[in-house]
Amino acid sequence: MIEVKDVRFTYPTGVEALKGVSLTIGDGEFVAIMGQNGAGKTTLVKHFNGLLKPAKGVVLVDGVSTKDVSVAKLARTVGFVFQNPDHQLFSETVEEEIAFGLRNFGFDAATIEKRVTWALNLLDLEEYRKTSPFMLSGGERKRVALASVLAWDPKIVILDEPTIGQDHRQKENLRQFIVHLNSQGKTVVVVTHDVEFVAECSPRVVLMTGGEIVADGEAKKILTDTALTLRASIVPPQVTRIFLGLKDFGLPSDVIDVSEAKRLLVDYLRGG
Amino acid sequence: MILTGPSGCGKTTLCRCFNGLIPHFYEGELKGELRVAGLKVTEHQIFEMAQRVGLVFQNPENQLFALSVEKDVAFGLENLGMARDEIRKRVDWALQTTGIEDLRERAPHELSGGQQQRVAIASVLAMQPKIMVFDEPTSFLDPLGAQKIFEVINDLNKKLGITVILVEHRLDLASRYADHVIVMDSGKIALDGKPREIFNLETTRLLGVGVPKAVRLWGLLQQSGVKVEGVPVSSEEATQYLREVLKR
Repeated sequence: MIEVKDVRFTYPTGVEALKGVSLTIGDGEFVAIMGQNGAGKTTLVKHFNGLLKPAKGVVLVDGVSTKDVSVAKLARTVGFVFQNPDHQLFSETVEEEIAFGLRNFGFDAATIEKRVTWALNLLDLEEYRKTSPFMLSGGERKRVALASVLAWDPKIVILDEPTIGQDHRQKENLRQFIVHLNSQGKTVVVVTHDVEFVAECSPRVVLMTGGEIVADGEAKKILTDTALTLRASIVPPQVTRIFLGLKDFGLPSDVIDVSEAKRLLVDYLRGG
Repeated sequence: MILTGPSGCGKTTLCRCFNGLIPHFYEGELKGELRVAGLKVTEHQIFEMAQRVGLVFQNPENQLFALSVEKDVAFGLENLGMARDEIRKRVDWALQTTGIEDLRERAPHELSGGQQQRVAIASVLAMQPKIMVFDEPTSFLDPLGAQKIFEVINDLNKKLGITVILVEHRLDLASRYADHVIVMDSGKIALDGKPREIFNLETTRLLGVGVPKAVRLWGLLQQSGVKVEGVPVSSEEATQYLREVLKR
């Protein structure tokens, strides 16, 4: 469980990135943190694994303050996958990259071998085992970064903008993968401004703007609130925008899913 | 024109051919003929091509480096040895066209992602190219920021007559502006046509292209036996069509 209590954070440049944020993320939850560029999303999640420590307030991971544990220790529980995989990758082969974290946590050689193979298979990277991460495409490097974090099986996984640079099919794979991780009990936190992606995953949405949380709730509720989305520099999903123009037919306007949209329209036309 | 297709299909490689980065900068073997803005790319150097074809990248941070916005926008022109007055005029015009005159004195690295992307566009626009190529110009921007950039790009096309090639996966926001869509797959052009035609093809979906949700909705409605006409490429169009259908 992650508990954030009235956290404030100011960068050395003087930019106040978090202006008193409180939030609780329970075990096994799937949360999307959304909002405009510069809203403080990445700053907030960097507090979850202790990369940043609050200037004021407190962040507790499973009841322990992030100020009282090292990042290295916290990482065992909270895995962080960066927006730009190049900030994370450095080994000569994909295999080495994935093994690195495991070695640091002191796993034995046999376990490391097993976990590396497991992670390679999980993210469809087996054929690149001996390849340099830097020979791979951007999308593949992102998968290597994800594999290297999942390899040590952290309880909580944070993904910063996982859909950037991914094509439609890779995004769909990623979505299924995240949903699968979550269904196995992992806590998943995604920082994203990809509205259509969130509409398809339908997680709990935490909306930020100007260093504050302005809304917290179901994706369906938040992504269809046009005053809120405008404030957070987000455009509602295309399906929502279509239905906002059909209100006078008595159709609901809180629709984010294309299948639900179809069902509502078909029912209406059948006089249901 | 929107250029789309799965990662690794050759979109960026093709774009690099348009301004001569291929074959003059990237090594490799090039066959066939490339003629851009009337010039054979193999016979003209990058600086010549760059005056005709401007490239704007995904991440503006990779493109901006000067200490002020103004200097960044002037850089390409200075390199061409252009007269000072002309540079001033062009810089003013490019800043105005992209709506960032007020950022003139600011340092690019202090700006937001959306502002930086506008600076990157202005610095390419200042060269007054006939063709502008945008390689996923909004992927780092929030949706409203992305929409604003698409509007700037659309104005360059509609008001200034610049040919725009947009490499894009986010078709929900970009499709409404396009006259033409090309889908690449495995190093070849797989589909080529008008957005409505291309998005409505089953092949497009099979190639893994994320067609706009409005088009998906149309497909689902047709499968359920609802008679819908046309193919909407924006939410406004879809709403308008659906209102007709619901009234019947």
